[in-house]
Amino acid sequence: MKAPATFNETTSSNGILSSLANIFQNNIREYGMLIALIAVMIFFQVVTDGILMKPVNITNLVLQNSYVIIMALGMLLIIVAGWIDLSVGSVAAFIGAIAGVMIVKWGWNWALVIAICIVVGGLIGAWQGYWVAYLKIPSFIVTLAGMLVFRGLTLVMVRGEAIGPFPVPFQKISAGFIPDFFQVEGFHLTTIIIGVIVSILLIILDVRTRRNQQRYGFEVTPFYFFVVKQILITSAVLGFCYLMASYKGIPNLLVIMFPLVAVYSFLTNQTVIGRRIYALGGNEKAARLSGVNTQRLLFLAFANMGALAGMAGVIVASRLNSSTPNAGEGFELDVIAACFIGGASASGGIGKVIGAVVGAFLVGVLNNGMSILGVGIDWQKVVKGLVLLAAVLFDVYNKNKSRS
Amino acid sequence: MSDFILEMRNITKTFPGVKALDNVNFSVKRGEIHALVGENGAGKSTLMNVLSGVYPYGTYEGEIYFEGRECRFQNISQSEEVGLVIVHQELALIPYLSITENLFLGNEQAKNGIIDWNESISRTKELLDQVGLHESPNTLITNMGVGKQQLVEIAKALAKRVKLLILDEPTASLNETDSQKLLELLLQFKARGIASILISHKLSEVSKVADSITILRDGATIETLDMQKDVITEDRIIRGMVGRDITHRFPPRESKIGEVIFEIKDWNAYHPLHEHRKVSDNVNLYVRRGEVVGIAGLMGAGRTELAMSIFGRAYGRNISGKAYKNGKEIDISSIDKAIANGIAYATEDRKAYGLILIEEIKDNITLANLDAISDGGIVNEPKELTVTREYRDKLNIKCSSILQLAVNLSGGNQQKVVLSKWLFANPEILILDEPTRGIDVGAKYEIYTIINRLASEGKGIILISSELPEILGVCDRIYVMHRGKIVGELPAQDASQEKIMTYIMRKQEVTQ
Repeated sequence: MKAPATFNETTSSNGILSSLANIFQNNIREYGMLIALIAVMIFFQVVTDGILMKPVNITNLVLQNSYVIIMALGMLLIIVAGWIDLSVGSVAAFIGAIAGVMIVKWGWNWALVIAICIVVGGLIGAWQGYWVAYLKIPSFIVTLAGMLVFRGLTLVMVRGEAIGPFPVPFQKISAGFIPDFFQVEGFHLTTIIIGVIVSILLIILDVRTRRNQQRYGFEVTPFYFFVVKQILITSAVLGFCYLMASYKGIPNLLVIMFPLVAVYSFLTNQTVIGRRIYALGGNEKAARLSGVNTQRLLFLAFANMGALAGMAGVIVASRLNSSTPNAGEGFELDVIAACFIGGASASGGIGKVIGAVVGAFLVGVLNNGMSILGVGIDWQKVVKGLVLLAAVLFDVYNKNKSRS
Repeated sequence: MSDFILEMRNITKTFPGVKALDNVNFSVKRGEIHALVGENGAGKSTLMNVLSGVYPYGTYEGEIYFEGRECRFQNISQSEEVGLVIVHQELALIPYLSITENLFLGNEQAKNGIIDWNESISRTKELLDQVGLHESPNTLITNMGVGKQQLVEIAKALAKRVKLLILDEPTASLNETDSQKLLELLLQFKARGIASILISHKLSEVSKVADSITILRDGATIETLDMQKDVITEDRIIRGMVGRDITHRFPPRESKIGEVIFEIKDWNAYHPLHEHRKVSDNVNLYVRRGEVVGIAGLMGAGRTELAMSIFGRAYGRNISGKAYKNGKEIDISSIDKAIANGIAYATEDRKAYGLILIEEIKDNITLANLDAISDGGIVNEPKELTVTREYRDKLNIKCSSILQLAVNLSGGNQQKVVLSKWLFANPEILILDEPTRGIDVGAKYEIYTIINRLASEGKGIILISSELPEILGVCDRIYVMHRGKIVGELPAQDASQEKIMTYIMRKQEVTQ
């Protein structure tokens, strides 16, 4: 007997509006936060009299949030696997301190030190991962301990003062921009060209995915919707590049960050490792009984988180141009909040890299917008907390609705 | 006063897109045991949820009369107040609290918010006596077997002064002895005037204790059979449930048995926590190509523990013994090695150990063999879709799409997804642990057909089951296990339920 034809896999045609509503409903998780981000941006654009979207501010926004985004990539894997890492802020600070001591005090080559920093970060992550994965100590406890230990060690390293300044190339990591190959007065043409290339690549990728889906008989969004989506994405990319180009072009940090986001997105969506992490978080016992080496996977997720925290530590040190004892304080909360706002589930198994990036930007825009408005740090925290709660509530509400 | 303690009239309950109950009429007489049967998805649970107030008044149509009065329950506590208590299939006990604490949870014996422990404990003793459970009131739930936990649940119902007790699949996870005890308890309650509704897939039990049987199918009442008036056979009930005759409950198979494909020798395993407790004691067994070998035994005989210790040491510690495939010793010391050596283990607890419920059907099917659908660590999604659809068709998994989440499937279809996963891993030896637990008659038949097909393909199959008719109906050869030991081995044609039980009982006498 053949299974009955599956209704999901054929496209029904009862009006553009209802099909749009359908598309939206099926993807509310992914689109919801994106729409919230756009709404928040429009709001601040209006109330700040257009300061938010000024080229210099957009550039700042990227620079300010780069380390949150980079750490959110690792945090998402850990949260999807069903755990948490509270130590990332302290680890980033500790790595920053190592960088300061090695480069400024000992005069080591900065490039070598960056490599050392990432490796040490990975080792710290591996150390914590060992306790969680193999000794089965809850990660909340292990990383809470790590949070204290590495904050303490940071203080020990820097002896309560700021170490700096760093050599110029090291500063350029966060403060520099890619060179312009065309000499156009007041406009960074290379940035636009890169934007065009990225847009074309994105369109090609999307067309290929769509073709594949069609070939295998899956429901695809109507063609006009697809076209509109491409136009929106392309104009967003080009608009963004235009803003960048009218300031100083693409910051070096974006060159680090964008490929990382792409790699982690690919890793979670398309690879065997990604599949296994979702399985591990969805049901650890079932994953283990299906031959997934759950312990090693968890261990690697923590090691990876450590390496990314190390990278973030380098960036923070470069941005502050010094290693300070309280660098990275509270970062863990921003990073975790970014993942949850982006739709990750606290019980594991659910969450997307792109969601975490959107979540990080949402937090970033809130910080930035409120700072422009002159809202104090006190009220900023209140607002951020409420947004986190609202985002999770939205998620839970949707889950309940789709279940009944 | 009417004869009926409960009357449900013209109950209709709609969920978005589906009519789960369609004009159902259901009445229970005073002091009777009334069985409610039907295939999975027939609407039994929905009906009970309407009755107990899980779906509050207003979300369904129709009327409920309890002891002649119309009831409009808003929640469970209102239905419990009038004496309607439901004991769910998944027990709702708190593992790290004692019997007493569980019994009076939400119903604490307290004055001004301060618990009177003496009163609580003495009442607990009374209640435990009534259900025939001889345990200290301070025993923690986690330290008791499922059978005893079930009794605690029933005692809890008694504590609420129950008038109509509803039991949802009470014996699904109990062994023969415990099931027997439970059914006798129901008969005792009946003598005391407590009516009960028994929801069960085990028709032998139903026909043993029930006074009447109501059959639900596709959300509608098909018929109510009076057991006292007529002689009603199991086949008669099944016919009502599935709406057709199932002439054979087990599909016929021609056994073509070949060489020994898998063998374990001197297999020992110890309990993971209690270091000195042996869970597998010098076990020797083998399975041949094309053969279905059953492992029978009581609950707690160590069958699952044995299977899991073989499957990459997924259970137990200090495991020793040798495993051979096609006569050559193999290394199955980890789960991935076991899978690589062609062994698959489909768990007895598909929700906890078998499926990633929040993931799609396709992700579940490919999980144990992702390498087969990936190149260089990158998943080839088109290939994945193709193979998972093949399995959907081959095993007749009823779903709207293979992108549907596993959690939304019925038990039988979930089981088929678990089987698909292991078939896709392409094993030569399959260990199936209670593959038909909690699924309906139609789906069972399909699972047996799959087992037969696998055997005819020359695979070796080990079937663990607590249902003796199933073992007898499906297997070629049967091992009997008791307390971690193989206590008997017999070919299926010589076996009977009595013989198997004799092996177990004789062993019990020797050890006592």
